[in-house]
Amino acid sequence: MSGTPRSPALLRTAGLVKTYQAGGVTVQAIRGVDLELAAGEFVAIMGPSGSGKSTLLHMLGGLEPATSGEIWLQGRRVDGLSSAEWAILRRRHIGFVFQFFNLLSTMTVADNVELPALLAGATGRQARARREELLAELGVADKAAWAPARLSGGEQQRVALARAMANQPSLLLADEPTGNLDSRNTRDVLRLLCREHERGQAILMVTHDARVASLADRVVNLFDGMVADDAPVVPVPRGGNGIRGVMELRG
Amino acid sequence: MTGTVRQPLLALLAKEPAHGYELKLALEQTFGAAYPSPNIGQIYVTLKRLEHDGLVSSQDVEQDRRPNKRVYELTPRGREALRAWVDAPSDGPRVRDDFFVKLILAPMAGLADRMELMNKQRRHYLGMMRALAELHSETDPAEVAARLLIEGAVLHLQADLDWLQRCQEELL
Repeated sequence: MSGTPRSPALLRTAGLVKTYQAGGVTVQAIRGVDLELAAGEFVAIMGPSGSGKSTLLHMLGGLEPATSGEIWLQGRRVDGLSSAEWAILRRRHIGFVFQFFNLLSTMTVADNVELPALLAGATGRQARARREELLAELGVADKAAWAPARLSGGEQQRVALARAMANQPSLLLADEPTGNLDSRNTRDVLRLLCREHERGQAILMVTHDARVASLADRVVNLFDGMVADDAPVVPVPRGGNGIRGVMELRG
Repeated sequence: MTGTVRQPLLALLAKEPAHGYELKLALEQTFGAAYPSPNIGQIYVTLKRLEHDGLVSSQDVEQDRRPNKRVYELTPRGREALRAWVDAPSDGPRVRDDFFVKLILAPMAGLADRMELMNKQRRHYLGMMRALAELHSETDPAEVAARLLIEGAVLHLQADLDWLQRCQEELL
């Protein structure tokens, strides 16, 4: 499993491994993961806590170095990049959404969203135009001058999504993006993510929420740091035993 | 199936007398597309049995240039039966889980691999979840009963998936 990738996958890993040293003991968090994500694909990663979901996502975004194995992004091998090189790669190609939003608390909402574009070399005017467009689309335009802390969780996550989309990344990585939201905000954030996906945005999302995962094209089940299952989500036909079986009213 | 049709029919008739087709429409309108609505044949068969058991009575009503229609109404005994059903708490839905029995017994008999069984089941649950999400988004927000029925089904499925994960943690 080495050499150049066969297909023009957006993201591909081969034999990816992550081990930690904890008190003289070696812990294997990820034990040989082969994963592929096509351009425009939406893949959800599920699995019990401790199965390595977040570790895997962090490695794919360069937030944690891999112990061994390969990561290919857009046909380029990236697992050996330095953290500075990863920062540049992320700025241009990868958007990140976290469970706890991770907005910069000392900056306004507007500045949070404009910053990535400015860092990537956009002019002030370009960054502002893009920010206005994104905040309007995500329904938080009226909060542009606010400090993030004054926003509700749902609003903060929308701002975080705007920030992640600021540079039109080819890949959006999301780590439990609805994990800290109530069901109504979850639905809103999901609708926004699905809309981005329909426009061709590739998304790789870690979630423990099956409602969220069921909206993906494919679900990868991680167990003990390995891929236990990897299959497309196929909606069951209406009117068959499936849906009606769950719906059966008792009496 | 008729067992689950009886009480809804009694409950609808407690409101007002109706004929079979009206009852079918009322069920569909109340619970929406997600409800496993009985077909008209099941409704007529159930009404006949309810009448045989003395819970409803019926009479033919003449119609202009159409065959007579049979209108049903609730009897006092029917009202008692309905009251008993309303007053009794309902059983939880998952006391006998077919998949769980399969998961425990099939590997013991060498018929299947647990991991495969779980993966297959998870895929199925996720497919159901997706179908329910689509149904929910197509349901008119004003149809409260229909929407809540779907949300209830989603929460049950969610619990099934959580339980599947627990099984995975303990059994593999």
